[in-house]
Amino acid sequence: MEVLIVSLLNGLVYGMLLFMLASGLTLIFSMMGVLNFAHASMYMLGAYFAYSVSRLVGFWPALVIAPALCGLLGAIIEMYALRRVHKNGHIAELLFTFGLAFIIEKGTQMAWGLLPVPYRVPAVLDGPLFRIYGSNFHAYRGFMLLISALMFAAIWLLLTRTRIGLVIQAALTHPEMVSALGHNVPRVFTIVFAGGSALAGLAGVIGGNFLVTEPSMAITMGPIVFVVVVFGGLGSLAGCFIASLIMGLVQTFAVVLDVSFADLLARLGLQVTSATPFAEFLTIPLPRVGALLPYLMLILVLLVKPRGLMGTRDT
Amino acid sequence: MNEQLAHPAARPLTASQAAGFLVRQWPWLIALAVAVLVPWLFYNWTTGRHSGFMVSMLSQMGIMIIFALSYNMQMGQAGLLSFGHAVFLGLGGYVTAHALNAVKAGSLWLPVELTPLAGGLGGLAFAIVFGYFATKQRATAFAMITLGIGELVTSCALMFQTFFGGEGGVSTNRMIGRSLFGLAYAAPVQVYYLIVAWTSVAVILMLLLTRTPVGRMANACRDNFERAQFVGYDPRMVRFVQFSLSGFFAGIAGALYTLTYEIVTYDTVGGAMSANALLMTYIGGVGAFAGPVIGAVLIVLLQSWVSLLSNSWLVYAGVLFILMVTFAPGGIAGLVMMHQPIARAGRLRRLAGPYVRLVGPGLLVAIGFVLVVELCSFLTIGAAQGKSLTLSGITVDPRSLGPWLAAAVLLAGGGLWLRHEARGFGLAWNAVIEEIKAHGRQM
Repeated sequence: MEVLIVSLLNGLVYGMLLFMLASGLTLIFSMMGVLNFAHASMYMLGAYFAYSVSRLVGFWPALVIAPALCGLLGAIIEMYALRRVHKNGHIAELLFTFGLAFIIEKGTQMAWGLLPVPYRVPAVLDGPLFRIYGSNFHAYRGFMLLISALMFAAIWLLLTRTRIGLVIQAALTHPEMVSALGHNVPRVFTIVFAGGSALAGLAGVIGGNFLVTEPSMAITMGPIVFVVVVFGGLGSLAGCFIASLIMGLVQTFAVVLDVSFADLLARLGLQVTSATPFAEFLTIPLPRVGALLPYLMLILVLLVKPRGLMGTRDT
Repeated sequence: MNEQLAHPAARPLTASQAAGFLVRQWPWLIALAVAVLVPWLFYNWTTGRHSGFMVSMLSQMGIMIIFALSYNMQMGQAGLLSFGHAVFLGLGGYVTAHALNAVKAGSLWLPVELTPLAGGLGGLAFAIVFGYFATKQRATAFAMITLGIGELVTSCALMFQTFFGGEGGVSTNRMIGRSLFGLAYAAPVQVYYLIVAWTSVAVILMLLLTRTPVGRMANACRDNFERAQFVGYDPRMVRFVQFSLSGFFAGIAGALYTLTYEIVTYDTVGGAMSANALLMTYIGGVGAFAGPVIGAVLIVLLQSWVSLLSNSWLVYAGVLFILMVTFAPGGIAGLVMMHQPIARAGRLRRLAGPYVRLVGPGLLVAIGFVLVVELCSFLTIGAAQGKSLTLSGITVDPRSLGPWLAAAVLLAGGGLWLRHEARGFGLAWNAVIEEIKAHGRQM
């Protein structure tokens, strides 16, 4: 029970962090058809910007400045580069973001070095928030949960209650029609791209000090965010939200549950020895397979339901 | 697509025509001659040794040429963007390593020269398994599935000991004492000539494959899969066949990799290697058969030579890639082909002037950019390695303002100048094209 509650909370925190990254990517992907490989790079840049800014002016201003910088960078990329590549087709756009992710990673290595930087949780939040079954719940996790919940509410209100939100929602599915009605769709694209980048940056700001801020953090996070977006389905923020939570919980529980197929078989009365065929496969414990699970889920979803959980159209 | 189908050369070849077709490919024969001769240009006659650096770089080129061409079978010819192609290179390599070890142990008969066949068959087998799933989809969904497969296999390679050897990889020994020609393969140069032979075979096979009905249908499914369906072909089957064959050739490349390095680790199946295939193929050009060959040679050169000079060769490769995607989606081969109609009209000389004028500002921008990158990387990575920055004999202090200012001036000034000249070049180019069109109409 104790493990269950604690893991549930941890999974929720991780899932919300994933959602902060994935929500922007879902919007960008659904609207522009661009699978933005550089999205996770924005997450990484957010963490690095926050590290540098917080050394100058402290963590709280960095919480605003770093995502703003990421948003600005996103707007520049969309307006001056992606639009130019757009005429070469979707594949070229995808490859462009791929190259961009590559360069951002190398650029980060050049600017901040190869080793992790000491970006730390602010002292105020560095302590237990409450105790649950004898184990502490870290205050920073609570803070992350709070920020992501606030962000979720903000996006929700923005998309459903404001004019620009309605235009964005319409442009998700019918960009030509929205354009025909006289809305400036390219500007909507820029706003969405910048907003998505800022969200990814925010995820980096609050995730970078919680996890670790290093040049490979984009590469480790990138594929998982893709999995979430594809799993949740194109054009659906709700699907993206559910997929993020599922992925967060799956990954957290996979680390906690130390079982293997062999244990399962043992319960059924079958003993696995080294002579059993596929013994190595059967005895591998679940925490070691944890890294595989997102990709297995991705492949299965694309095969069974190419539209994802709640997608409105094919990937 | 219409015109291409109507073109007589587009018809599949019969066996007797194939030979004549090969004779016309004279640039390949020259390339082969160069590949055979180059090691001897760097031969040290006094010590009687080959240059180890040269031979290893050339070997890598051969391997990467097969790898990039096999990647282009999917990307260029079938329109399938894959992010996990290294899986078949790596798995082919693992199969070869196990085959070599089995031969050494006496449980298998296979001469060294034919081990690439084992790797190829291994790659084919895995490509059939994975391709069965992946080719159910196309476009972005296909790309995502291959990304998933790539990550899956990489994780498995770290996890399972018996087949992949975990983090240490599988070591092997190519000197198994079985050879068709009585060669020991102790010297790397012998392996190099084996690579040349296999690369030639693979290139010829892949070239011929583009002229078979399978290759043609792959093109058709790339251009308009619905129409291909109406003609009566199953696009999924076409994708599957093309994917599997591409896995076969990637497996051959993996086998040659194993023979060269005598060890296979999880890097060979990893994302970086897959990205490498994409970089080589795209920079070389997906539209022409020879494109990936150019890309492979160029990237290996960058990798081997520039990485000796600079820590940040990957930045240069990445920037080159971005520039290609933005300005020349056809790659280097595409750029060359753009000049073909102008050359045919005999007006290439008209462009010489504008080209020369691009050189100056282009060089300035390039030098400024390299300076910025090197200064940055020396502040962090280089400093950590305790190196000092030396540019053409002068030691530069990256902490002083001077070099940064120089780099900024070079970049900004060169950039503005380049923009001006590029506009002039665009005008000249359009004028020539218009002239050729007008001339064509008169005829």
